[in-house]
Amino acid sequence: MTANAPTLPRIHAPSNRRTVGRGFPHVLAWGISLVVILPLLALLALALRGSGALWPHLIAYVLPAAALESALLLIGTAVLVIAIGTTTAWLVTAYEFPARRLLAWALLLPLAMPAYIVAYAYLDLLHPIGPLQSALRAVLGIANPAGLRLPDFRSLGGGIFLFGMAFYPYVYLNVRGSFLMQSAEALEAARVLGSSGVRLFFRIALPMARPAIAAGAALALMEVLGDIGASEFLGIQTLTLSVYVTWATRGSVEGAAQIALAMLIPVAILFALEHAVRRRRLRAELVSRPLLRRRLLGWRAALATLACALPVLLGFAAPALHLLFAAQARMAEHGVPWQLAGLAWNSARFAAVATMLAIVAGFVLAFCQRTANASLPMRIVQIGYAIPGTVLAVGLLGMLAAIDTSIQFLGLDFLRGPLLMASAAALVLAYVARFLAVPVSALEAGYARLPKAMDDAARAVGAHPASIAWHIHAPLLRPMLRASALLLFIECMRELPATLLLRPLNTETLATFIYGEAARGTYEDGAAAALLMVLIGLAPVLLLAGRRPAGDAQHLPRLRRLAYADTGRLVKRRWPQFYKGTD
Amino acid sequence: MISRRFLAIALLLGFTAAASAAEVNLYSTREPGLITPLLEQFTAETGIKVNTVFLSTGLAERVAAEGTSSPADVLMVVDIGNMMDLVTKGLTQQVRAAALEAAIPANLRDADGKWFALSLRARAILVSRDRVSDPPLTYEALAEPRWRGKVCLRGGQHPYNTALFAAMLAKDGPAATTAYLSALKANLGRKPGGGDRDVARDIMAGICDVGLINTYYGGLMLSGAGGAEQKRWGDAVRFVLPTFKDGSGTHVNVSAAGIARHAPNKAEAIRLLEWLVSRAAQRAYAEGNFEYPVRADMAPNAIIAAFGALRVDNTKLDAIAAKRAEASMLVDQTGFDR
Repeated sequence: MTANAPTLPRIHAPSNRRTVGRGFPHVLAWGISLVVILPLLALLALALRGSGALWPHLIAYVLPAAALESALLLIGTAVLVIAIGTTTAWLVTAYEFPARRLLAWALLLPLAMPAYIVAYAYLDLLHPIGPLQSALRAVLGIANPAGLRLPDFRSLGGGIFLFGMAFYPYVYLNVRGSFLMQSAEALEAARVLGSSGVRLFFRIALPMARPAIAAGAALALMEVLGDIGASEFLGIQTLTLSVYVTWATRGSVEGAAQIALAMLIPVAILFALEHAVRRRRLRAELVSRPLLRRRLLGWRAALATLACALPVLLGFAAPALHLLFAAQARMAEHGVPWQLAGLAWNSARFAAVATMLAIVAGFVLAFCQRTANASLPMRIVQIGYAIPGTVLAVGLLGMLAAIDTSIQFLGLDFLRGPLLMASAAALVLAYVARFLAVPVSALEAGYARLPKAMDDAARAVGAHPASIAWHIHAPLLRPMLRASALLLFIECMRELPATLLLRPLNTETLATFIYGEAARGTYEDGAAAALLMVLIGLAPVLLLAGRRPAGDAQHLPRLRRLAYADTGRLVKRRWPQFYKGTD
Repeated sequence: MISRRFLAIALLLGFTAAASAAEVNLYSTREPGLITPLLEQFTAETGIKVNTVFLSTGLAERVAAEGTSSPADVLMVVDIGNMMDLVTKGLTQQVRAAALEAAIPANLRDADGKWFALSLRARAILVSRDRVSDPPLTYEALAEPRWRGKVCLRGGQHPYNTALFAAMLAKDGPAATTAYLSALKANLGRKPGGGDRDVARDIMAGICDVGLINTYYGGLMLSGAGGAEQKRWGDAVRFVLPTFKDGSGTHVNVSAAGIARHAPNKAEAIRLLEWLVSRAAQRAYAEGNFEYPVRADMAPNAIIAAFGALRVDNTKLDAIAAKRAEASMLVDQTGFDR
């Protein structure tokens, strides 16, 4: 028997013939990131057209105070979103407690509402003549509202609270995805060796989740940096507000572009610092199965439920209930606003198409970064997220105009009139440009958890990069892909500035309707639309919750088999003599 | 696959917008809830379809980016500064129409026909009904020491406030205006922010005693159109139409419109403007939106009329627009919003 054994072929080093050319991933990555780079270039052109005349004024009277206010707002929000997002993500992944499954998805709910609407709702609730303080005065027996003066919600502290509650789900979602991808063995070994819950969290789980925490917090903070509506309403004088004032009140869009681009410099530095720190402790291993949840009992269980319920209550339930009452009062008076159905359809379809495109684009970008080290295009996409939406929308206008002009120049304008400008396609493009950073950041954090050796092994047997991406990476990154698809969908539904500026004639979405009512000072009229937005935003959340969350890694064996089968086929095709007679 | 269908829809949209006749394209920064009822009435009466896009900041940029192929016919904005911004960027065109000139007083339209005011709103002082018996009667009086810690305002950089400060700048020059802003800031009971109606609510809550508000908000609150809660806020305050200290009258701002430079449906566009200043439409502005009609021969809604007879300050609107940027910089320099 042994004498007749076939001589095994020597396995060669993988030839480059089967892999894509070395430069191709770079070309691909740069090509995709053009959707962000072109509007940035349009902004740069705009900025260069302006004079520098506004800078002495800004430096003397605006920037020092605005930078400080922005910094305090960002630091406060960062602390809050990281604390809430990480704690809740750990609780729902590592423990079993009452209402855990419900809370695991309910924790995402605050994402579904625009922050400025939450700000309006909170001022209604917390105002001295609002329900809370009125009830408090009734209890204390104070008749005059001026008799009891609590801190005003319209303040820096109020802003930190608002943004913390509105944006912690970015951290929660990313970190939870990362916990699900962490090796249960490492965590359980630590458990067996006697690490208590808190120690386990701080010494092992948290360090392993750091890329995801950073990615989530970065998204949350850039969301804060881009905000204008809520900050203005709360009277917080941020840098972004000074961009807006330069444009809206002083009529200088060139100056606004200058400030917005200048703001990218500190953002870029922060990014570079974060990556420099992160690189030193990159560790990756493959997850075999998710961590077994430990059942909490008694007061610990109650505490865990409370800790996860509180952010949902403050970030979603309280403002949403207020909106619900307002909407119901409106509908009792004016009837059900049926036209909202059409708006909801617009919102959902634009968001759905943009989400699909952005997920694919983001995945390809992250893959190119992983396999060919094409990092720069990805960084540009991420940093571009920090441009306030209103300003980026102006850059997109410039880009669309340039594309339309070139189409006309090439004599391709058989349709008479602009092709892209103010079309549905332009709107989708705008969403991809604004939110491409969302999947990119999540997938980068996800990739950090996958050992490179896996790619090498697949390539050693000659797997095509596309096959590696599709059969090996995509299944393993599925928690991150799902999380970013959800975020993207909600972000696009909520998106306001680009939608306002770029949408076609006669096209309204839920977001623009809510804005129109809020601008008129009747935001309660927009309440029904805001709730509808929450419901549509909920649909994907429910879709996610419908699957067993623990199953996030359970599909792995099957998919890994698929991946092996695929590489197996490749091996067969390459060394057919080895397989002769085996099947 | 879906994205291909999407592109097809997009192409179709672009195509139909360019092809059909008897329609007019309106770009507006006014809120859809205010304007849509008017437009529906216009379509019912004339058979001209109105396509709309409701924008915010960036209307000028969009029209400019669309260039010669822009479908925009009518550009409609709030605040004279925003209107003049469009005019100076060359985005509107000269129009001569007898009906417009007959209906709109000369000081409320451009001599060259590049813009036309469609409605007016006055910047009123509001005071607590319970706590203030002798309200300030001039804008300057708000800066007097007796109101220390008692004034509430929306953001100093908001167009409604910068236009007021710009009018003062045009009258008294930068030194006096800076002094005024500093004194007014010292009187603030809370940081500037929120909207005009929040001022009424804050006065009701005892945070402040006096503030500034656009007149139509008074109508929206007092009529109950804003809901029962807002009715309470309105009932807690009194409205005063102040003058500047020179006695020249009350500061007003406008909603205005012009015909776009490359309007493909110019005739229909002019027809829309003419219709908007007709008695019927102006009645709707007055009764539905609580604005002052632009026509001199028409009265405002009864709630607004109860604030007193409006005597409009004589500062020219384009002079106010010209001072807007400088006023905005003075707001920064005095740290007004901090």
